[in-house]
Amino acid sequence: MSRAALDSLVAAFPQHILETTDRLGDEVAIVAPAGLLEITTWLRDTPALAFNMLSDVTAVDYLARNPRFEVVYQLYSVSKKHRLRLRVPVGAENPSVASVTGVWLSANWAEREVWDMYGIRFEGHPDLRRVLMYEEFEGHPLRKDYPMQQSQPRMDLRRKERDAVEEYKTLYVDKLAQARKAEP
Amino acid sequence: MNRAIADALAAAPERGVQEDVMVLNMGPSHPAMHGTVRMVLTLDGETVIKCDPEIGYLHRGFEKQCENATWSQVFPYTDRLNYCSPLLNNFGYALAVEKMLGIKATDRCNYIRTILGEMARLADHFTSLGAGALELGAMSAFLYAVEARDHIWDLVEEVTGARLTVSFARIGGLKEDLPANFAERWEATEPRLWDVIKKLDQLSTKNRIFMDRMMNTGVIGADEAVSLGFTGPVLRSTGVAYDIRKDSPYFAYDRVDFEVPVGTNGDNFDRYLVRLEEMKQSISIIRQCLKGLPGGPLNVDDPHIMLPPKESVYNSIEGMINHFKLIFEGIQVPAGEVYSYTEAANGELGFYIVSNGTGKPYKLRVRPPCFYFMGGIDRMIEGGMLSDIIPTFDTINMIGGEVDR
Repeated sequence: MSRAALDSLVAAFPQHILETTDRLGDEVAIVAPAGLLEITTWLRDTPALAFNMLSDVTAVDYLARNPRFEVVYQLYSVSKKHRLRLRVPVGAENPSVASVTGVWLSANWAEREVWDMYGIRFEGHPDLRRVLMYEEFEGHPLRKDYPMQQSQPRMDLRRKERDAVEEYKTLYVDKLAQARKAEP
Repeated sequence: MNRAIADALAAAPERGVQEDVMVLNMGPSHPAMHGTVRMVLTLDGETVIKCDPEIGYLHRGFEKQCENATWSQVFPYTDRLNYCSPLLNNFGYALAVEKMLGIKATDRCNYIRTILGEMARLADHFTSLGAGALELGAMSAFLYAVEARDHIWDLVEEVTGARLTVSFARIGGLKEDLPANFAERWEATEPRLWDVIKKLDQLSTKNRIFMDRMMNTGVIGADEAVSLGFTGPVLRSTGVAYDIRKDSPYFAYDRVDFEVPVGTNGDNFDRYLVRLEEMKQSISIIRQCLKGLPGGPLNVDDPHIMLPPKESVYNSIEGMINHFKLIFEGIQVPAGEVYSYTEAANGELGFYIVSNGTGKPYKLRVRPPCFYFMGGIDRMIEGGMLSDIIPTFDTINMIGGEVDR
């Protein structure tokens, strides 16, 4: 990890950095949610830092704390070989944070998993669906108030799970027909 | 699903799609979908327009279980992450907790972890290459590879007592030392492995059918792969030499000499070649480690971390109390958070751990390399043929236990 990267981050965005630590050799910046998009884009695009890989996104549920959640981003620079961790505090009411899918492609599935497991919404995510659990699953299993032995209601058989072809045809054929009509 | 269709629709006129596209469910129970994965494919003839991978069929709540287990009880769960190379998961987790405790494993332990870890990597690559060849119709290559893997597993069995669910690592050390005749056994095994690597090479690398199926299929560019979070052989096949063993060495990797093979095209064939070369490097690492294997103690000398010897547990009250406390309350890990990463067979295996100062993890997140492969596999598949999915899915070597946790 790199102390220099953390220092330059603090120097560039003093208003958004709430706290920094480097315990056990891991440089960490706690970032205000408002500055997340700006900071991540800057971290990726600054040539001296070049954090071009988002290794991982996860969240931690500190049930008793306020704000309750923390979304954690592990960044890595393949060229500079240094790491940085960002932590973004998120409140318990309608938890949501800006999506970084526009900055790193790996955020797509990683944020889907955080939504699935913790129920934290990512504003601007193109396709925020559950990824490990099924659509009908109730609750978010990794929250600390989700009991270990919680059972799920029995769900009905999906009678017609996906009438994809049908849907495709109506939508697509209509569209094509219209496009052809429009041609002179 | 609807999004997938909508996207395909939007793109359809430019791609010149026919009016009757087909939606095909590949998996979850399909012989080539390792583990259980479903891919919802939108096909135009045999060309894949849209691929929507769906995972989670093997989800068993790894993280939730770990939050309710002591730090040591997590080891058996890590065996079941990447079940092709359980030793590497064991060691990765042990390293993470050791980083949190601020302790360093002994020299001897580091060397043994390197040796066993590379053996696990060999077994993983043999499985991956063998299964990959099998699914392209090369039965004999598969049989040779599985035979070689069995030789490795015989050795692993001799050391750990188990072939698959080894749970061999301990926080601060290992369960046991290597058996006395390990070096001799390895001497006997090594030529057999070379033999199989040579046979695999001869059977596949210049095989016309194999080349046609593998070359220029499942292509991914370097920048895209980095942005998608790809690591391991898949990233290295694009020419990015990112290997944690080299970039931030752990265990004994800074004391051995090895090379990081990289590809150029980022296609299936390059991934195959990278794995083949990595196996040769692994054997060389094991040789060097066995040669330089230092003596000295195996485990850290700290009664707060290591279990006392059985003699002392059964014959002294102090030993018994020590044992009891470590088993029931668990190792007391100071509060804090840590991200530790190792190079597993498929790429960066990370553990993000949060402790609140008790005997159980407050949060234990695994960063599985395969999860990110699955998140980006649609980019490697779309626009290609249906049959190209098989080699692409093989060479990313998705492991269900790791993706779904």
